[in-house]
Amino acid sequence: MKAMNRRKFLKGSLLGGAAASVISKRKNADASSSFGGYPDAMGVLVDLTRCIGCRSCEAACNKEQGLPAPAQSFDDLSVLDHERRTSEGAYTVVNRYEIPGKDHPLFRKIQCNHCNEPACLTSCFVNAYTKTPEGAVIYDATVCVGCRTCMIACPFYVPAYSYSSVLNPVVQKCIFCYDTRLKFGRPPACVEACPREVLTFGKRKDLIKIGNQRIQNHPDLYEDHIYGEKEVGGTSWMYLSSAPFDQVGFDTDLGTQPILSYVKEFLTVVPMVLTIWPALFAGFHLLATRKDKQKKEEKSEI
Amino acid sequence: MEQIQKYLYGAVLVSLLCFSPLQNFAVAGDGPDEVEIDSLAQLYEPVYFDHAMHEEVTDSNCAVCHHHTLGTQIEDENCMRCHAESGATDEIACQECHSSNRFEAEDLARIDADKTLYHRDKVGLKAAYHIRCMNCHEEMGAANGCQDCHSRTDAGNKFFHAGNYAPPESDKPAGGGH
Repeated sequence: MKAMNRRKFLKGSLLGGAAASVISKRKNADASSSFGGYPDAMGVLVDLTRCIGCRSCEAACNKEQGLPAPAQSFDDLSVLDHERRTSEGAYTVVNRYEIPGKDHPLFRKIQCNHCNEPACLTSCFVNAYTKTPEGAVIYDATVCVGCRTCMIACPFYVPAYSYSSVLNPVVQKCIFCYDTRLKFGRPPACVEACPREVLTFGKRKDLIKIGNQRIQNHPDLYEDHIYGEKEVGGTSWMYLSSAPFDQVGFDTDLGTQPILSYVKEFLTVVPMVLTIWPALFAGFHLLATRKDKQKKEEKSEI
Repeated sequence: MEQIQKYLYGAVLVSLLCFSPLQNFAVAGDGPDEVEIDSLAQLYEPVYFDHAMHEEVTDSNCAVCHHHTLGTQIEDENCMRCHAESGATDEIACQECHSSNRFEAEDLARIDADKTLYHRDKVGLKAAYHIRCMNCHEEMGAANGCQDCHSRTDAGNKFFHAGNYAPPESDKPAGGGH
C-alpha cells in the first residue's frame, strides 16, 4: 500500500508542476504581446535614400559622448571601404553598400536601435539596462560586471566592450544622447548634425505615419517596408530604403517577436526548478533511504 | 522695449518696400544677385550663393527651388493637387518656411498642436538647402563635396578631427575592429 501511495504522490506532483508551468507560460505570452513600447516614446526614422556618407553624425557622436579621438579624421571617407561595426570608441558608424543594378551606393548608419523590448535588458542579470519612457535604452555602467551576455543577446550586434580598459572594462553603446539631450526633449547630436535630414526625430508613432506617407508619395523610390516598425517587437530607430533591406546589411530574418518571447517561457520555469525541485528530490531521497536507515538502526541495536 | 518695437516696425516697413513688387508679379531677374547663407554657419564659413547665375542655369524657372511660392507653374503632380492655382505667397526666402530649429521640442510641439497641418514632414532649413542644392548638383555634374561650397572653420576642423586637429598618420589602423 505504501508503494502505491508514493507512486500517486509522484504522479500528482509531476502533473501539478506541469500544469503550473503551462499556466504561467500563457500568462506571460499575453503580457509580451500587449506591451509594444511606451506610447510617447521618441524615435528616429533613418532614410537611406538621403544619406551621402559624409560621416557628420559620427563626428557629432564622438564630440557629444566625449569619445576618444578617432584614428582617422571624420572627413576621411576611405574608412567606408570596409564594413565597420560599432565599438567602444564609436557608438555609431556609417557603412557603404554597392547595390547591384544601381549606379549609386547606399549608405547606412548603424547605432543602437533602442528596441521596445530590448534583448540586452532581459539578458542582463544585474539589471544594468533601462528602457526609458522617452524611448532610450540606457545602462548603468557602474553595476556592469562585464559578462557580455547583452552583446550576444542583441540581434543587431550593437553593444561593444571596452577591451582597452585594463581595470574596469564595461559594455558601451549608443544611449540616444539620453543624459544630455533626449531627457530634455532635444534630438540626439547625430540628428542635429545631419546635413540632409537623413535622420528624422519625433514620436515613434508619428514616424511610422511619416514613413508610410513617404512610401505612398514615392512608391518607385522606396521599398514598401519600414524596417524596425515590427522587427523584434519594434524598435525606436527605424529605416526606409530604396534597395531591398538585405542588400544594405539588414538582417531580414529576425521576425516580429521580441527576442524576450523566445526565452521567456523557459525562464519562467527556471525559478520553479530552482525552488521546488531541490525540496522535492530531497524528499524523494529521504523517503527512499528511510528503510535503509531504519534497517541500519535496527542492526546496530542488535 | 520701445526701441525693439521701433526696430521691428522699421524692419517690417523696409521689407515691405523692398519686396512688395515681388509679391504679385515676380519674374526671374527680380531676385537678389547674391545671397549670403550664414544662418547655420558654425562648422563652416557662410556660403555666398550666386543667385543670378542659378537663375540662368534653371532657365529662370523659379519653381525649381521656390516651389509654387513665386506663382510659377509647378510640375509635380502631387503638389498640383492643391497648388495649381495658389499663386505667389508672401514668404519667398527658404527660411520663411523651412524651420531652422527643426526637431527642437518647440518645433515638434508646434507641428503636434496643428492637427490639420498637411506638411508635417517638411524638412528643416539645413536639409532644404542640402537636399535641393546637392541633388541638382549631382544631376548637373557640378561640384558636390562639402568643402566645394563652404570652407570649414577652425571649429569645424576640431569637430571633424581634421586640418590642424587631424590624428597623426602613423595611428591609422589596418582595418576596423570591434
